[in-house]
Order: sequence, then structure tokens, then C-alpha cells
Amino acid sequence: MSQTIREAFPALARPGFHYLDSAAMAQIPGLVSEAVTHHNRTARSNVRRGLHEMAQRADAAYDGARAAVGRFLGAPAEEVVFTAGCTLALNMAAWGLGRNLGPGDEVVVSRLEHHSACLPWMALAKERGFALRWLGVTPDGRLDLDSLGTVVTPRCKAVAVTHASNVTGAVSDLPRLAEAAHGVGAKLVVDGAQMVPHGRVDPRALGADLYAFAGHKAYGPTGIGVLWGRAEILDGMAPLVVGGGMVGTVEDGDFTWGEPPHRFEAGTPPVAQAVGLAAALNWMADLDWPAVRQQEAALAWHLLDGLRSMDGVRVIGPLGLEARVPVVSFTVAGCHPHDLSHLLAGRGVAVRGGAHCARPLMSALGLEEGTLRASLAPYSDRSDVDALLAGLAEAVKVLR
Amino acid sequence: MNEELYGEAIKDLAAREPVVLDGADASATLDNPLCGDRVTLDVRMEGGRVAAIGHRVKGCLLCKAAATLAAGTAPGLGAEGAARLLDQVSNMLKTGAEPALPALAAFIPVRPHKSRHACVLLPFKALAKVLAAPIP
Repeated sequence: MSQTIREAFPALARPGFHYLDSAAMAQIPGLVSEAVTHHNRTARSNVRRGLHEMAQRADAAYDGARAAVGRFLGAPAEEVVFTAGCTLALNMAAWGLGRNLGPGDEVVVSRLEHHSACLPWMALAKERGFALRWLGVTPDGRLDLDSLGTVVTPRCKAVAVTHASNVTGAVSDLPRLAEAAHGVGAKLVVDGAQMVPHGRVDPRALGADLYAFAGHKAYGPTGIGVLWGRAEILDGMAPLVVGGGMVGTVEDGDFTWGEPPHRFEAGTPPVAQAVGLAAALNWMADLDWPAVRQQEAALAWHLLDGLRSMDGVRVIGPLGLEARVPVVSFTVAGCHPHDLSHLLAGRGVAVRGGAHCARPLMSALGLEEGTLRASLAPYSDRSDVDALLAGLAEAVKVLR
Repeated sequence: MNEELYGEAIKDLAAREPVVLDGADASATLDNPLCGDRVTLDVRMEGGRVAAIGHRVKGCLLCKAAATLAAGTAPGLGAEGAARLLDQVSNMLKTGAEPALPALAAFIPVRPHKSRHACVLLPFKALAKVLAAPIP
């Protein structure tokens, strides 16, 4: 089954190449690249501005892309905002909800967050003077939900969490987090960058108020991301960026915002990238997800099992398969992750070594040198994991 | 497999215990935020030159090896000498210049691996930084 999926990805055709860095950037199906190329050849025009034929095609393609993302999320198209990426989407969420907060208010972020999810709130807290409260993690790299009752107080105005950790792979219990946040009148902001690549998500059903993800991790192009928001939340939010295409009226002394989602899409939007993202999500939607998940789980178990059998290896994150995506981080005693990842690269095994833009988590778990991370996708197969395990054993011999 | 980066000379440099220096006149810490390497150098000065040096490293094997070499080369250097040493190491890696010191030859295999130049350069940058600052 994974062989059929793998064949859709031209970059994976190279013999001896084992791509296990999908959490940083997923590979792109050939049909997605072709969709972007086709758009640029047949409909390259600005959107919502022109009346000529190409402009009409561009409008149809862009509107169609928004509808496709909406279908993937089980949401109306009007709740889908295209952004330049997940980082921008998360900044837009923070500034949209937090720009009017101040002393006496609190925002909760978790230690499991990517810098793109926690730094916007840290920057905003510094500027606005509200308090930032950290939701901790358990030793196996999950959110410490037992502390929710003390961390989320009646002063809390927003809770920002990841749906799936880019380090430990742990999947967050969003309904429980939503209950805690909504119980005190706070909004739940979710970073879905690592969850969307592993199947359809319904953020509204999970209790999220705002949900962000990136195109390049979901088999789409770079330079495209999505901020989904409940209509009533988006309607009350101020845009982070202003400019063409997002206004209602403009007078000498003042201007008004347009309606969502255009209010949040100032300037020329990433039209071709949105078309590519839609093609990627449509491709995903057609996959046999029970079979894909079974395959991902079998490979993740094979990897975890192999790592556990190696001397000096410590898996950072859940050791089982429950509530986790196939993102596996680990350390090897006496070997720095960068040295290991470089040696593995020499064997055609692409993994990531470092702090993974997650310093708060690294500090919480005492991982000053970071971790090595192998991240799987539906196109991964057993030969990828076997190559990693064999290469790791050899790399350790070189370094020790 | 990129094993050429991890020759015995580099592994030997990396394995040496860092020197601890008490009563430093000045210290400098430099991070490489992309990979997480961190180097701290402590120096005691006499007449504008390094009389003694200590170093602490949290980083990869290349960074540890480079820190050992930077610390070993530092005694007797002033600000200008440290800046020149940094240029020499940088040029050796980036432009293929001959190693200014015999021990630097251990890092020649790093030349084609541009993404690892920063690992080697970080301790030399820290040395240039600590000596460039006014010593209190």
C-alpha cells in the first residue's frame, strides 16, 4: 500500500534515499507540483481585482482552493484564511486575540510548543504586560493535563497548545483542553502543523477556536498556511497585516476592515500555493486512511522497538502507539545529534538533529544537546526504518 | 558516510577535558541558535594578552574539538591575534587556504560540509569576542 503512495512522490524514486524528515518538510506528490504549474500556465493573475479571462480563472481557482481546505476541515470556506505559512497564522492568532490584553490577564502556553506557537505569545506578553503561564509536560513528553486546574485560572484569556508535538509525537487531548479553556471564557488556539499530515482534522468538533497548519508539512507547496477560525471568533479579530484587499472603506483619516476571511489576507495572496495545497489535501482525502494509519503505526512500532534494543538510546516521548503521530525523537549516550544526523546523511538517511525549535521542551526534559528525530509519513516504508536503524548502529561506532 | 569528518585527530581533541579557570578577568558565551551549540570562554589577561583560559562547551564533536584547539592556541594572543586566528580558520574552511597552524589541518575534511563550518568557527568567534571587549 505504501508503495503505491510512494510512487506518487518523484523525489522518493532515488534508490538508497530514505527520507525521515517529514516533520520538517514533507515531500510533494507529482500531481501537486503539476497543479501549481498548470495554474501558473493557465490562470496566473491576481485575485478579486480583475475582470479578464485569466483573472476569472484565478478567482475560481483560489475560491476553489479555499473550499477544498474547508472540506478537509469540515468547515465553511469563509472560516478558512490563507496565510504565508503556519508561523504567520499563529502570529495572526496571537495578535488577533491578544493585542488588547494587559496586566491582570493571563495566557497559557505549553512547554510542548514549537517556537512559532509560543514566541508570538511571549512577545505579546512582553509588550502588553499580561502574564504568561506555562502548562508543563510529563516525563514521557505529553501535556501535563493534571495541572490544568491550577494553570488555567479565571484570568486566562487564551490557551495555546499543539495538536501533535513536533518532538515527542504526542497528540494532545483537545476536547479536555477546550473544556478547561472555555470553562473560564478563554479561547483555544491550536498548532496543527504536525497533525494535519496524518489525516483529516475537524477543529470545530475538537473544541478549537483557532487552528493553524502549514502547507509544506501536508504534502503541499512552501509559502502557504492556513488559519481556520470559528466565524464568530474571526469576526471579532483584528488583522495583523493591513493593505490591499482587506479593507471596507478608506478615508483620509480612517479605514474599516473588510469581512473575514479577506480581512486577514492583505496584499496579493499566495494563489498558486493555495491551489497546490488544495491539490495536496484532495490527494490526502482520497487515501485509505485506516490502512495508512495501520501502516504508520506498524512502522512507528518497528522504529521504537529497534531503538529500544540499542545500547544508550533514550526515546523522548511516548513509548507506545496510543495518541501519538509517527514522529520519534531520541538521544544516544555519548553521541551528539548533529554528528549522528550528519553520519546518517552520508548513508542516504535524512533525519533531523537539534532542538527542533522547541527550547522550552528541551529545558523541561533536560535535553541541552537536543535530540535526533525521525518523522514518518504515509510514503514511508520498512526499508526507511531499517536503513535508519542500521545506519545508527554504524554511526555510533564511528563516534565512540 | 561522512566518516572523514571524525578522524582520530578530531576525536582526540574533542575528548580532552575542558580546562576550568577560576578568577577570570572576562568571559564570553556564544550560541549557534540553529544547532544549539554553546561555547563559553573565560580568560585571565596580562598586558593585553591571554595568560590563562578556560572553556565550556555544549555542542557537537566538531565544536568540542575546535574549542580545545582555540583554548590551546589562545595563550599569548591579544585582540588582534584572536581576530586574525578567526579569519585564518574561516578562510581555511571557506576558501581552501592552507592551515595557519599544523593542528588546524584536522579540520580540513570539514571544508566541503558548509553546514558544519559554524560548528568549527564558534569557539574561535568566542575567543575573538572575549578579547575584543574591554577587559575590566
